[in-house]
Amino acid sequence: MALPTYASKLERVWHWAYLAICTAIFVFLIAPILVVIPLSFNAEPYFTFTEEMLSLDPDGYSLRWYDSLLTFGMVAPDAPRNAAWWADMWTNARWVNAAKNSIIIGVFATLLATVLGTLAALGLSQREMPARRAIMAILISPMIVPIIISATGLFFFYSNPCEALTWIGLNVQCGRLAGTYPGVILAHAMLGIPFVIITVTATLVGFDQSLSRAAASLGANPRTTFFRVVMPLILPGVISGALFAFVTSFDEVVAVLFIAGPEQQTIPRQMWSGIRDQISPAILAVATLLVVFSIALLTTVEMLRRRGERLRGLAP
Amino acid sequence: MTASAGKDGFVLFDHVQKSYDGQTLVVKDLNLSIAQGEFLTMLGPSGSGKTTCLMMLAGFETATHGQILLDGRNINDVPPHKRGIGMVFQNYALFPHMTVGENLSFPLEVRGLGKAEREARIMRALDMVQMARFRDRRPAQLSGGQQQRIALARALVFDPKLVLMDEPLGALDKQLREHMQYEIKALHERLGVTVVYVTHDQGEALTMSDRIAVFNDGRIQQLATPSQLYEQPENSFVAGFIGENNALAGTIERLDGQTALVRLANGELIDAAPVNIREVGQQTLVSIRPERIEFKPENMPPDVHTVEAEVIEVIYMGDIFRARMKVAGSDDFVMKFRNTMGQTRLSPGQKIRVGWHPQDARALDPV
Repeated sequence: MALPTYASKLERVWHWAYLAICTAIFVFLIAPILVVIPLSFNAEPYFTFTEEMLSLDPDGYSLRWYDSLLTFGMVAPDAPRNAAWWADMWTNARWVNAAKNSIIIGVFATLLATVLGTLAALGLSQREMPARRAIMAILISPMIVPIIISATGLFFFYSNPCEALTWIGLNVQCGRLAGTYPGVILAHAMLGIPFVIITVTATLVGFDQSLSRAAASLGANPRTTFFRVVMPLILPGVISGALFAFVTSFDEVVAVLFIAGPEQQTIPRQMWSGIRDQISPAILAVATLLVVFSIALLTTVEMLRRRGERLRGLAP
Repeated sequence: MTASAGKDGFVLFDHVQKSYDGQTLVVKDLNLSIAQGEFLTMLGPSGSGKTTCLMMLAGFETATHGQILLDGRNINDVPPHKRGIGMVFQNYALFPHMTVGENLSFPLEVRGLGKAEREARIMRALDMVQMARFRDRRPAQLSGGQQQRIALARALVFDPKLVLMDEPLGALDKQLREHMQYEIKALHERLGVTVVYVTHDQGEALTMSDRIAVFNDGRIQQLATPSQLYEQPENSFVAGFIGENNALAGTIERLDGQTALVRLANGELIDAAPVNIREVGQQTLVSIRPERIEFKPENMPPDVHTVEAEVIEVIYMGDIFRARMKVAGSDDFVMKFRNTMGQTRLSPGQKIRVGWHPQDARALDPV
């Protein structure tokens, strides 16, 4: 944004002030995230910068908190690091288990949210669909309703999902969803669906409906039309939605606190209990890893999406 | 004013009606029979129901009443993808994520054709539109005219018996449009495929069609060959819609078989050929083509009535002159005359007398 040569003095002043304001906003947004990164290399169990760290003394820094992510919860953390140690870590380390849970729950919740959200967006984009706005509003509501309210509702519903059937006279007994993997996955899918609906709907606005008609006129049945014409063209929106759904699940703590049992300890929940029980910079190490993971995920998916768009002739 | 719905038609609209809201009919009692190998154009202003008719034939809209037959089979309940009708869309509707070759391959793949057969057909279709060297390009890398050729090739590659074209040349510039008109016409003649073509461009319709169905207000106003439509319009809508046209309002003074004498508003008398006129004293709108008006007495038949005209402006259009004149009180009477060697030049303000062959002036029902 270079200044034109005819800019007046006031315009010049405003130009620099504008840049300064933008920088300040940027710092405001990014500083809390960045400050965590050096602190996670703290050699001492403090949440503040020590003297050694500030004077850039190598002794002030260490990887001990990253190491503690592996050892915390192990049966024999101090044993020599052989195959048995790694096996012990893989089964017992709390953070490792939390990561496993987060990924399992995130992947399945994302799959479910993506499939359901895409189908909903496709249906809602049909002009013949009655009450489109009302249905859209209901489907989007998990994003608007405070999550603690959704979570409370989910807790009671998932505690005895068949209870609703007794209201219509059916007396069916079934197991509880609360405290199970499917329960957490369903809850997270519900929270992720609105993102998928929004991104896919936005993509469908730009979708030329005459392409579907063209496919039909060329002899393709609706299923073939969907998989060979519609799906490839809305894929960027679907991928963006899936990414949002995954991130939503990955950093969600409230619903997990309500619904999950001890088996479904996820990373955010482990962080939550970590903060409450024993304050240790291990949490900063996790935060740093998550920042790196998020950036890597976003970059990869965005690069894949752009490459796909270019390959499919949608963008120059 | 519709064609008799003979049962031998390749495409047959039989008392077809269409309403979107259950109240107003967009298409009112359409009867139309299209012969095999015919190039039929549906021509009309926007909102006249022509595109709706095409969409019903393609299967994207359902008829509210009546039936549509294709090759003797009722296709009302056949979904679009089972009709086997090729279609060219206004915006081309090429699949942007596929190359030209993949676009053409698509209809063949869904029909389960083998690779060798597909390749042969794709090459044949691309050669037909002279686009063979573009087969690995994507639609976005092609110009509008090239995309249109690919769309045409794609609609023809699976050898449909019937091809529908929905204003396919609407997005092209004038020169390319005219060029494509001849190309489509030539393709039609070479392949012998039946074409139903929708357009609002009368020039396009006249150039390409075997027959033209002029649509207005959900009805076919006239179904005829281009020359019949232009020279013998059956009502004032058709006369006004096709080509430029002068309309003079008057009353029938004398009716005498093939000729009529019409008294204009200012009392002058003109000769005309009666079309839907039944009695003396009836109101009429006489329609005369600008290029059929003569202002030199030696070019007019003897004893013809002439009217006084005052030249208002003369526009030089290269091959012709277009003179706007004041005739019988209205000042938008247009005469066109050729720019030949030694042609008389008219100037504004000049008073002349104009006349015409009685059969060129058609006394139509007033609308």
